[in-house]
Amino acid sequence: MQQPGRAAEIKAIGIGKSFGSFRALDDLTLDIGRGEFLTLLGPSGSGKTTFLMILAGFIQPTDGRLYSDGVDITERPAEQRAAGMVFQGYALFPHMSVEANIAFPLKVRKKPAAEIKRRVGEMIERVGLKGHEKKLPSQLSGGQQQRVALARALVFEPGVLLLDEPFSALDKGLRGQMQAEMKRLHQETGTTFVFVTHDQSEALALSSRVAIFNHGKLLQVGAPDEVYDRPDNRFVAEFLGEINMLPLKGVRPANNGSTGLCEDRAISMRCKAEKVRGDAILAIRPEYMSIAREAATGENGIAATAVASTYLGAATRLDLTTRQGAKVTISVPNEVAASALSKGNSVWLTWPAEKGFLLPNGGQ
Amino acid sequence: MRAYLSDRMGAALLMAPLLLFLVLAYAWPFLGVVKWSFTLPTPGLGQYNALLTDQLVQSVFIRTLRIAAIVTIVSVVAAYAITVVWVRGTPVQRVVAEFCILVPFWISVLTRAFGWVALLSNRGLINTWLQAVGFISEPLALVRNEFGVIVGMTHFLIPFAVFPLASSMRSLDDRVLLAARGLGSSRMRTFWSVFVPMTRSGIIGSALIVFVFSLGFFVTPAILGGGRSVMIAELIYLRIFQSPDWGLGAAISVVLVLFVGALMALLFRYIRPKQLV
Ligand SMILES: Nc1ncnc2c1ncn2[C@@H]1O[C@H](COP(=O)(O)OP(=O)(O)OP(=O)(O)O)[C@@H](O)[C@H]1O
Ligand SMILES: [Mg+2]
Repeated sequence: MQQPGRAAEIKAIGIGKSFGSFRALDDLTLDIGRGEFLTLLGPSGSGKTTFLMILAGFIQPTDGRLYSDGVDITERPAEQRAAGMVFQGYALFPHMSVEANIAFPLKVRKKPAAEIKRRVGEMIERVGLKGHEKKLPSQLSGGQQQRVALARALVFEPGVLLLDEPFSALDKGLRGQMQAEMKRLHQETGTTFVFVTHDQSEALALSSRVAIFNHGKLLQVGAPDEVYDRPDNRFVAEFLGEINMLPLKGVRPANNGSTGLCEDRAISMRCKAEKVRGDAILAIRPEYMSIAREAATGENGIAATAVASTYLGAATRLDLTTRQGAKVTISVPNEVAASALSKGNSVWLTWPAEKGFLLPNGGQ
Repeated sequence: MRAYLSDRMGAALLMAPLLLFLVLAYAWPFLGVVKWSFTLPTPGLGQYNALLTDQLVQSVFIRTLRIAAIVTIVSVVAAYAITVVWVRGTPVQRVVAEFCILVPFWISVLTRAFGWVALLSNRGLINTWLQAVGFISEPLALVRNEFGVIVGMTHFLIPFAVFPLASSMRSLDDRVLLAARGLGSSRMRTFWSVFVPMTRSGIIGSALIVFVFSLGFFVTPAILGGGRSVMIAELIYLRIFQSPDWGLGAAISVVLVLFVGALMALLFRYIRPKQLV
């Protein structure tokens, strides 16, 4: 964070934060790589903002250490860390014009006037605010204010840019547009981005890695496809999208993966049965399941009855129940749903062995 | 729209008795004063003419404006510091500040003026003490002059300056201050280039209130000025009660009321009444 113009590498070791007796963050250890786009994802109150504030230096952690490029910055005050930060609600200076807002970090660094003028001009161009230089924040639309906040946070070339739910106040269309723009800004600047959201699709779409929080704990960190396809636990699996769960018995390792029994049918999986033995839960994302008239021996499949359908336009959502009462939801082409329902009789649900994964039985 | 209307109606109904009282107690008698200014001692604009030529009246006007300006600046600066502590200090600091702001309201303006006399006069606490320590040999002239008037008025008006400032500081978004610090600005710099400008409406409101109050001050200047630092309200009093010059006294009153009215109009242009409390 100390060398302007260079992306920072951040290391958090055992970070904890208590507010009185309340534990807002607990034993968080995380490496944030140089130039990476890391998303902090989690439900409300999970400690995302708290962690971001600790990174920015606005909150002192109660435990743990924080390193930037190998230097301990745990006690360094916020104005010396100079992380770029975009707050929820933008926090623009209401009494300053767009131009003055963006120039502010350069002015406090006592840059020469000519340089400030040039860099502010470039930044305004880059975020598409040309023609709005003289306006006050209150005269801008939400999306434009968002751009000012981004420009102000990036203009001094911070080693890391911290963003706290920057798009939560924007409507859906604008949100998509701003997401694309932020991805471009990340590529252009090469700066390390740490981005907070509680929208999982936003997290998966934008980031190079996703860190999932719950109740002040970091549950899993990994690339989007990694956390989506191979979640470590039930919370992560459910938080990242819809998932079907089937009870599995007698789980044991098998050649190239593992095997178990689901409603008396042998099921095979590519994943290793390291953490689980005996009873477990088999989890499969709905988009990997399909409907078949029958399942061949050796193929993963389970008998189920279609009970309801919801027309979604491009596809139909089909609710099914297995013989032993497990509920499964999948998304199928419209005509498949119609035929499955009209027969009213049992169909087979099948899925490829590499798409099912094991979760520990019970809670998390 | 309907909610807005009924809101307005409700407010009007609640305010009606007050308005009636104001009309009966102030507006009506004031019309009488206006009449005097044009009719006493002889009908015409003679008194207003005299205002423009009378050296004494003019010097009192100028002194009043000068004192009001100084009192305004000192009060607003002092009130600003107190309000920062009151609104943004630690819990203990807040309680202490609140105490300092509210206690003056319980003590009458007269008591406070005489208190200042006791402190500032030639044989008062401050002079006796300074002489005892040996800092000075002759007592300092701290009272019965403009200095005494300014001290007394400032002391009285600081609490009134606090409220508009407090409301503007309370409505300020903390994240904006955090943002400034995160962007590399020191505490000092954040205070001067973000905090102070963002409380501008409070500063304007507070300055106008203090200034308008100062213009009409009577008791404090009369006691602490000791007749040597006469302000406009005292001059009006003297003209009406001590010399049979009602016409001139009335004309001065009319000018003062018009001036204050113009200032109030300015005040409400800049800030909405809600921001004052
Ligand atoms: N200053 C504070 N004092 C006491 N508790 C706090 C304070 N700041 C945060 N908390 C608590 O810490 C927990 C984590 O808060 P945090 O703001 O980090 O959540 P978040 O993940 O950002 O949630 P959201 O998605 O709603 O913004 C919350 O339960 C919150 O109530
Ligand atoms: Mg938050």
